[in-house]
Amino acid sequence: MWEYSDKVREHFLNPKNVGEIEDANAVGEVGSMACGDALKLFLKLDDDERITDVKFKTFGCASAIASSSALTEMLKGKTLTEAEKVTNQDIVDFLGGLPKEKMHCSVMGQEALEKAIACYRGIPVEEKEGEVVCECFGITDVEIKKALSQHQLKAVEDVTNFIKAGGGCGKCHDRIEELIREYGVPAPVEKTAPRKLSNIQKIKLIEETLEREVKPALKKDNGDIELVDVDGNRVQVKLKGTCASCKSANVTLKDFVEKKLREFVVPDLVVEEVQE
Amino acid sequence: MKDIIYFDNNATTRVAPEVVDEMIPYLREQYGNPSSMYGFARQAGMKVKEARSRVADLLGVSPDEIVFTSCGTESDSTAIWAALRSYPDKKHIVTTRVEHSAIKNLGEYLARNGYRTTFVPVDEKGRLDLDYLYKHLTHDTALVSVMWANNETGVIFPVEEIAREVTSRGIVFHTDAVQAVGKIPMHLKDSAIDMLSLSGHKLHGPKGVGALYVRKGTKFSPFMIGGHQESGRRGGTENVASIVGMGKAAELAGAHMEEENTRVRELRDRLEAGLLERIPNSMVNGDPENRLPNTTNISFEYVEGEAILLMLDELGVCASSGSACTSGSLEPSHVMRAMGVPFTAAHGSVRLSLSIYNTQEEVDFVLEELPPLIARLREMSPYWVKARAC
Repeated sequence: MWEYSDKVREHFLNPKNVGEIEDANAVGEVGSMACGDALKLFLKLDDDERITDVKFKTFGCASAIASSSALTEMLKGKTLTEAEKVTNQDIVDFLGGLPKEKMHCSVMGQEALEKAIACYRGIPVEEKEGEVVCECFGITDVEIKKALSQHQLKAVEDVTNFIKAGGGCGKCHDRIEELIREYGVPAPVEKTAPRKLSNIQKIKLIEETLEREVKPALKKDNGDIELVDVDGNRVQVKLKGTCASCKSANVTLKDFVEKKLREFVVPDLVVEEVQE
Repeated sequence: MKDIIYFDNNATTRVAPEVVDEMIPYLREQYGNPSSMYGFARQAGMKVKEARSRVADLLGVSPDEIVFTSCGTESDSTAIWAALRSYPDKKHIVTTRVEHSAIKNLGEYLARNGYRTTFVPVDEKGRLDLDYLYKHLTHDTALVSVMWANNETGVIFPVEEIAREVTSRGIVFHTDAVQAVGKIPMHLKDSAIDMLSLSGHKLHGPKGVGALYVRKGTKFSPFMIGGHQESGRRGGTENVASIVGMGKAAELAGAHMEEENTRVRELRDRLEAGLLERIPNSMVNGDPENRLPNTTNISFEYVEGEAILLMLDELGVCASSGSACTSGSLEPSHVMRAMGVPFTAAHGSVRLSLSIYNTQEEVDFVLEELPPLIARLREMSPYWVKARAC
């Protein structure tokens, strides 16, 4: 069960300003049936560009309805310039907070407002900019980048909580992580838990690490290394070239090869040399 | 506290007062450990033995085929790992797309960790594609696990037929019967089912206790490794009071089986028919011909489930939903998706699950209150009356 504030409950159970405005001069519509929530916002502005009436229709959960109701209450009486400054955080604050999984409900409010204002100014609804990253919810990289900087997001989960991207099939998680690495707030460095790899994944990763991290260094000294077998966490290798006859081969194995493999594969690998 | 109308009996159930009465002495005076030698603990041991017999009777099996666990999920995990450890060369399991997360998430975990998992699809009424299931059995298949009845829709699967087919090929068959036990009469002795999971709190017993039926002769390996309890099949000191409670609950479930299939079924049918009649654009999810007697799952188009549940909550009515918003994920339940329920309906699905403790007055109250509530939410919905676009 979600922990909703009293204010959220109040605006959900007795939402203000439900309905439509026949002669609205600004309408903004966001969301879709597939998304599970949608909001249509109607504004009536007077000649001084002051909002004299505002109504909404919302399909969605309690926090979507409460966010819409809160937004309309906040907008009443504001000038267009003042209304433009309203953000999703203002909606959240007005409601006394929202569960983090429900932040996207407040974002939906802000987006509907932006669209309504664009509608009023006669700015045509532009095609979505950028490349679609999350296909389930039709979210583009431009939108994700905007959310990253605006809300200081650090993880895929945060992105999903705010703009839903990544909340469907999950195929786009890698791409979102890339965007976070590039544009997000750097996450605090924490030790990653040891990965659980299947045998095949482990062997592949060992091979890749040898190719990328180990062989180039050995080859500088005309040496080489070959993977013979992987038995549990025992990695059996054969040293070749100059390495095969090198007196410090054991040091190389333990201090260099094993260290690299432990760093890139799993921390409890043991490297052993097999003789001809 | 306001009066509660509890229509969420597939989530958990009221602990029967008779069950509580039998448990209390084992929380107060009779705290002995069943493994101890002295007379003081013997009573606890005897009571656990009695509970085992009562559960066995409900399933139509021998008491020594019952292993007590801590919950349905533990029973499921025990069964699957037992089969995989008993057949270490086999790396494939078959289950369905509509399992409870206890099986679904374990199946997905195995698929990421060196096993292959086949998820059998269902049709739009939630019925299993048996041809698909049989076609995907191979020499590498260690286990097939199919739930007896689905928790969201109540749809019943032909597990006895599947068990015959599967076990004839030397493959272990397990069923998660957490929702079915106590609602469907069972005589497992006559069936080919190797293992079956059940849970105490779904049949008016306490939470924190479950059981696994393991047919005599089935290869087994414990999940909880420890002491000799449960004949070495599950280590850990017995949860005596809860086991006693589950035993009593099993006995009561046997006695109430007929009421469950007559009076409760009639209440469910009255509720379902009444809602469909009073609320336009509503439809039943699942197979009305082949369902648990207590469950109905209805979609109300163009409204969102969480909003319905919270409004019902204001009236003291407890129900659940397959909507995305209630689960914390952003997609409707995997069961609704597997059945291909359109988004317009899946977000607004509500499950009402009854028990012998429900009354016709409660059903009539919901029939009175739910339709205006849906109408109110629809008035708020931009999809209900399509407004003009910008």
